[in-house]
Amino acid sequence: MGTLQLAGLSRRYGANTVVDGVSLDVAEGELVALLGPSGCGKTTTLRMVAGFVEPSAGTVRIAGRDVTRAPPHGRDTGMVFQSYALFPHMTVAGNVAFGLEMRGIGRAEREARVLEALRLVRLDGLGERLPRQLSGGQQQRVALARALVVNPAVFLLDEPLSNLDAKLRAEVRVEIRNLQQRLGLTTLFVTHDQEEALTMADRLVVMERGRVRQVGTAEELYERPADLFVANFIGRVNALAGEVAGPGEFRVADGTALPCPRDAAPGMRATLCLRPEKLRFQPWASAGVPAVLARTVYLGGQTEYHFTLAGAPVMALRETPPAGDRLRGLQPGDRVTLDWLGEDARLLPEVAR
Amino acid sequence: MAVRGARMLFGASVAGAYALVLAPVLAVVVISVFSQEIVSFPPEGFTLRWYANAWDKREFARGFVTSMQVALVATAIGVPLGTAAAYALTRARLPGKAALNTLLLGPLAVPGVVAGTALYLFYVRAEFWVDDDIKGTTLGLVAAHVLLTIPWTVRLVSAALAGLDRSAEEAAANLGARPLTVFRRVTLPMLRPGVVAAGLFSFIQSFENLELTLLLVGPGRITLPVAMLNYLEFRVDPTLAAVATVQIVLVGALMLITDRFVSLARVV
Repeated sequence: MGTLQLAGLSRRYGANTVVDGVSLDVAEGELVALLGPSGCGKTTTLRMVAGFVEPSAGTVRIAGRDVTRAPPHGRDTGMVFQSYALFPHMTVAGNVAFGLEMRGIGRAEREARVLEALRLVRLDGLGERLPRQLSGGQQQRVALARALVVNPAVFLLDEPLSNLDAKLRAEVRVEIRNLQQRLGLTTLFVTHDQEEALTMADRLVVMERGRVRQVGTAEELYERPADLFVANFIGRVNALAGEVAGPGEFRVADGTALPCPRDAAPGMRATLCLRPEKLRFQPWASAGVPAVLARTVYLGGQTEYHFTLAGAPVMALRETPPAGDRLRGLQPGDRVTLDWLGEDARLLPEVAR
Repeated sequence: MAVRGARMLFGASVAGAYALVLAPVLAVVVISVFSQEIVSFPPEGFTLRWYANAWDKREFARGFVTSMQVALVATAIGVPLGTAAAYALTRARLPGKAALNTLLLGPLAVPGVVAGTALYLFYVRAEFWVDDDIKGTTLGLVAAHVLLTIPWTVRLVSAALAGLDRSAEEAAANLGARPLTVFRRVTLPMLRPGVVAAGLFSFIQSFENLELTLLLVGPGRITLPVAMLNYLEFRVDPTLAAVATVQIVLVGALMLITDRFVSLARVV
């Protein structure tokens, strides 16, 4: 196992910059997720680490060694592909043994290590099957075993769960995370699924248009997003544009005053961001922020309340009130009072697009 | 009602198409057992005499052996060459790829007699330079037949390569395989159905070729189709139908055997 360091990594295709100056340090045994919408450059970044795409600029260091110009076979990474990429003409054991064979490991040790790897992914006894005789989930585990068995310095996962059905995905997620932690694998994981990234990764890298927007733990990204893109991408957010009017007071265009953090500098133009679960409301009372209920979405244990606040849509998420609660009587079109703690709101610079 | 009518019409068209394709083949097989020498309907009786006659005429047996040899050698040379060409055309960054592709598929488009004549003239010239026989030799014939096998191989292997999942090759490289090892251990085995089909069609193309071969065979080294044409110059009797039937059975058997190893319907 080793560390992974990316410094100023870029890839251009003609005038099109797909990855733009990505720098990242992955510590030994850490799982870092590259997260972003499709086309954000996360897969290209991973492929540059594996050596399938040559960087236009920047360096890749694996376990301290500069491998920027090394071919894929000289990098000591173990990659799990989105399509699994199993060798269809080899048995499961043959697939898993391939990397060991390439490393010149003798037959006896090879066989022992293949058996152990298959046991690790709970595929004991299926070694003689062909990949096409296995289910999707089993094929995925063969791909895991094949990458793990060679003890790569860095473990690379390219959307490994996207071809599994929802139930299996949740299971395999836990399984991969357990394996990764147990074996202390330095891992770079590409996904477009924020839930996957939040539940599995030690740290997340949010990417957009080839650039890193923010790097941090799930908690940091959710509670202290650096910009509106990150706030929108990790979880859901209410965003209201306006200006800081005074200590703890934020004004939107029509003059409505909203609570905001007290330390914000007056006069600053910003976007006020508020997570839906921080937004409180009650039937109309004289004090507070006035709004109109647009609709409710019942989700069982939780209910979404959509309001119109100074012409902008905002949403509150809270536990479904018990039967008979006065909130249950609210109808679309009713006036309500909104409220939140100024410190729960976050002021973000407006993103220049 | 309309649906049923349409379905019947469709069924009839399919049956018609099959009949059109298979009728000549069946006719040849049936005629080969007619007892009269001049083919006419209705048959006067049935006999296996023509098969015996074909066996007695040694030029057919010799032609068969020559055809087999030429087809096997031409396939053994053409398929590796065509596979390499297909790989380069699909994968490598080459200038003039389209032109190269057209050139390699060319022998399919040029009429056999034209190609045969051109090769004959070329061989005559080349004989001056190398100061040795080329036309009429097995070498010259095999070289010509390699031309027949290349387009089929390029076609079929290119199609197989286009449908190949590149990530399996990347996985092999990721696991430490060098490019040549990737090709040998992963790419080639995954291309096997395409390559086997290419071998089969190359063999058949060479084995049954008449037009291109006609001008290039030498005395005592004639192929089966040419032997059949020669026979036709002097006699018209069901012996040829008997020989053709043997050929049909052979090619059919070859296809069935190949199909057991790779599903031909999937690659062609």
